[in-house]
Amino acid sequence: MSYELVFEVARGDFDTAGEASRKIKRTLQQLGVSNKVIRKVSIAGYESEMNLAIHSDGGKITLEVGEEELMLTIEDIGPGIANIDLAMTAGWSTAGDEVRQMGFGAGMGLPNMKNNADNFAISSKIGEGTKIIMKFLV
Amino acid sequence: MKLSLVRDLLDAVVLSGESHLEEEVHSGFGCDLMSDVLCFAKEDAILLTGLVNKQVLNTADMANMNSIIFVRDKMPSQEMIEMAKERNLLVMSTKYILFECCGILYKNGLKGAHLR
Repeated sequence: MSYELVFEVARGDFDTAGEASRKIKRTLQQLGVSNKVIRKVSIAGYESEMNLAIHSDGGKITLEVGEEELMLTIEDIGPGIANIDLAMTAGWSTAGDEVRQMGFGAGMGLPNMKNNADNFAISSKIGEGTKIIMKFLV
Repeated sequence: MKLSLVRDLLDAVVLSGESHLEEEVHSGFGCDLMSDVLCFAKEDAILLTGLVNKQVLNTADMANMNSIIFVRDKMPSQEMIEMAKERNLLVMSTKYILFECCGILYKNGLKGAHLR
């Protein structure tokens, strides 16, 4: 990978949530990546950023830019997902009312990340955290 | 249709991004659920919503939707208007409810922006 950016995302910080995705989008625009790919990375990145703010105890998003692919790695410090298959089911969510009032928590985040990425992998352990790796062909 | 016609048809107030008014738009997506906008909306469409918070601007920005219409007379905060200006997003507000907005625009030729 020839270029790497790391963004920290704090739990419950809905005032600045979206800033990391915005910086990722602007970076990719400056690098001359196609609009089609930028949209996929931006949406998947934003869904992950909101997920970190909503569900995690805090985490980070890493963007790696290579010649043939872009990679987003999402890592958090907990609490972990008990049942990944259930979490990947469209419409299933544990989000509370505050999140739903913001227009999120519809249970579409993880499935939408998977839809936008060319390659999607998720692993999680209760008490340790969740890691998602998404690759996008340039 | 031109975005200036959208403004006129909805009797909307323009709050930011006036320079976009002469641009053409072909489709729209009406929704208060940003998760669904990110999942189902096509880019370059108008986003019509009654939800007013910063995440609406982030959603539109990430989904490449450069024009937002707040319905039901909802007004964004000054902070949101500044954020929209910084991102070069067209933001309008109309007194019509979401159903009326969609009906008026559809009747005048705007299509649904469903990402199929």
